[in-house]
Amino acid sequence: MGLEGRAATLATRSIKKDSKIWAIDTAISMVDLTTLEGMDTDGKVRALCAKALHPDPTDPTCPAVAAVCVYGDLVATTRACVGDRVHVAAVATAFPSGRASMDVKLMDTKQAVADGADEIDMVIDRGAFLAGNYAKVFEEIVAVKEACGDAHLKVILETGELKTYDNVRRASWLAMQAGADFIKTSTGKVSPAATLPVTLLMLEAVRDFADQTGTRIGVKAAGGIKTSKDAIRYLVMVKETVGEDWLNPDMFRFGASSLLNDLLMQRQRMRDGHYSGPDYVTID
Amino acid sequence: MPFDYAPAPESRSIVDIESNYGLFIGGSFIEPTSGGFFKTINPATEEVLSEVAEAGQADVDAAVAAARRAYDKTWSKMSGKDRAKYIFRIARLIQERSRELAVLETLDNGKPIRESRDVDLPLVAAHFFYHAGWADKLEFAGYGPDPKSLGVAAQVIPWNFPLLMLAWKVAPALACGNTVVLKPAETTPLTALAFADICQQAGLPPGVVNIITGAGETGRMLVEHPDVDKVAFTGSTEVGKAIQRAVAGTKKKLTLELGGKAANIVFDDAPIDQAIEGIVNGIYFNQGHVCCAGSRLLLQESVADEALASLKRRLTTLRLGDPLDKNTDIGAINSSMQLSKIEELTASGEAEGAERWSPTCAIPDKGFWFPPTVFTNVTQAHRIAREEIFGPVLSVLTFRTPEEAVAKANNTPFGLSAGIWTEKGSRILWMANQMRAGIVWANTFNRFDPTSPFGGFKESGFGREGGVQGLGAYLNVEDPS
Repeated sequence: MGLEGRAATLATRSIKKDSKIWAIDTAISMVDLTTLEGMDTDGKVRALCAKALHPDPTDPTCPAVAAVCVYGDLVATTRACVGDRVHVAAVATAFPSGRASMDVKLMDTKQAVADGADEIDMVIDRGAFLAGNYAKVFEEIVAVKEACGDAHLKVILETGELKTYDNVRRASWLAMQAGADFIKTSTGKVSPAATLPVTLLMLEAVRDFADQTGTRIGVKAAGGIKTSKDAIRYLVMVKETVGEDWLNPDMFRFGASSLLNDLLMQRQRMRDGHYSGPDYVTID
Repeated sequence: MPFDYAPAPESRSIVDIESNYGLFIGGSFIEPTSGGFFKTINPATEEVLSEVAEAGQADVDAAVAAARRAYDKTWSKMSGKDRAKYIFRIARLIQERSRELAVLETLDNGKPIRESRDVDLPLVAAHFFYHAGWADKLEFAGYGPDPKSLGVAAQVIPWNFPLLMLAWKVAPALACGNTVVLKPAETTPLTALAFADICQQAGLPPGVVNIITGAGETGRMLVEHPDVDKVAFTGSTEVGKAIQRAVAGTKKKLTLELGGKAANIVFDDAPIDQAIEGIVNGIYFNQGHVCCAGSRLLLQESVADEALASLKRRLTTLRLGDPLDKNTDIGAINSSMQLSKIEELTASGEAEGAERWSPTCAIPDKGFWFPPTVFTNVTQAHRIAREEIFGPVLSVLTFRTPEEAVAKANNTPFGLSAGIWTEKGSRILWMANQMRAGIVWANTFNRFDPTSPFGGFKESGFGREGGVQGLGAYLNVEDPS
């Protein structure tokens, strides 16, 4: 019962035909196309940007993704490639561990914004959170939000390290009250990353926050979402938990890399009536 | 564009429904001696699915005689290990044919395919597997070194979980070495008849399972038959009382699983959204056609408003419609008779001053339907707080202290189940001890498992089904000679 039961039931929704076509295009437009590796280079990022702008080069009706998500030092390259056609998101605040001094975290953030990032994906200090030092976590988010200026702030809870649903619920409220524009499940560096029940819990939190304050916070599910089927399950959950108002890239995002190609293959199948195969989508 | 779900119907062509069915007696389908047949319909469309034989006295006699013969000659002499082989085979066949059986159940009963596929059928198979495992281990069940079977069991089951109730009755009876004459409800006979086919497919010796169809009169003849050793009934308290009177003074062993009016008690420290899931599952699962349904919601006053608002918001997401659509949450009411009963009781709720609320949902033109409904401002004096509605209708009451919750929850002639929602473990244990109910769920509801005994207190009946305790209902535990 509860979260896991509800998530499992919603996962049995069967999405067909027109609804599926719509869901796949919507999911593509919600992807934060991500590369967060030690071996990232300008070349890798440029290729990713091209993919972000034209996910399916054979089909101009295919929507662009929402954003490209990179490490802070690659923001300038990314911005130069995509112009203002998609958002540029930078992970900051000593991603993924969050283990650095406050000054370093703020510098990290300011530098990324100065280089052209309009979205910042920060990590919370899980050590402080688990030690019960909620005030420290809260003040850090407030300070980073201020350092963001006009850039949107996504707060990564790293639910795989918070472990319990109670912790995730508490961290969600903490982040929202501290000024997050988005709350995000995971860095993708810790397993488990995003799961349906944990995302359901965060959706309930943003719904209740909107009811109580009138402010709508977005949700980003990141890590471990690899197939179109998974993505559609998330969209079903969004629809049936917070409603249609959240079914757009301003309010819901997927943090993913390999998901995009599966969405594209499904999109081609829906268009052509048959599967094409991995060689008919680009690997960047 | 809004994210509407395109229709996703399960294929109906997976089942072959014959135009008429005889009685399954002695291992084969035979014509009823009376020659009478009655129709069974799809409650979602009112389309006639098939015609089914009406068993009269001569047919009941023949069925009991076939069961007696099979008991004396074959089944009671067979080792537990060999009985287990048959029951395991039945369980596997049910799994193999589960999609077909789920569609058939949904067609005949009106319940959503999501429930017949994900709840009913897995539990049916689980009951046969579980009891197959017991068949050769009965001496370790705590009923003495060599517990004996009873003989011929007469079993009468309801329409709300047709195949699952069959499994609850047939699996333990066979495992314990009894033979069976089973009568399914007149509105939902088709999966029991499909089960007869499975018995043939499994090579079960003729007469071990006999299935006779008919209405209340057939059921009466069966339970009153003098050559029956055991009577098991699931259904209404009214009929249960009549059966108990009929059985009084005979040596027949009896178990009754009757109505309920369960309290689902939500304390202020419970996570509301998760409790709401339990409340929804407690009363809107299977259109509320559940004897252990959480039909009375007891909310602690300090969270009543918040919980009600969440509940109403959640109910607006329920999808009512074609039961064969995989995205349907609420299917059809099983019969026009049941629909009238729900309508009569909900009208009394309004007349007595309770406040009625339902989400706006389109009701199909044909078939029998009732929207999910919530009554607030309900008091213990209202009929909708005392009588079993057996429909998707929730009566909401409030309480202030745990003692008051206990008093209100127990203030009913029934005592089948109860639900407790709190984060506090000590309160769960204290509450569970106070509940006069056979099943108490904590932070969940309507969860079933073959290892867990199920049964009631007071007017909800007696005897247990499932688990080690359930075996006692089909073994000679009083007279272990």
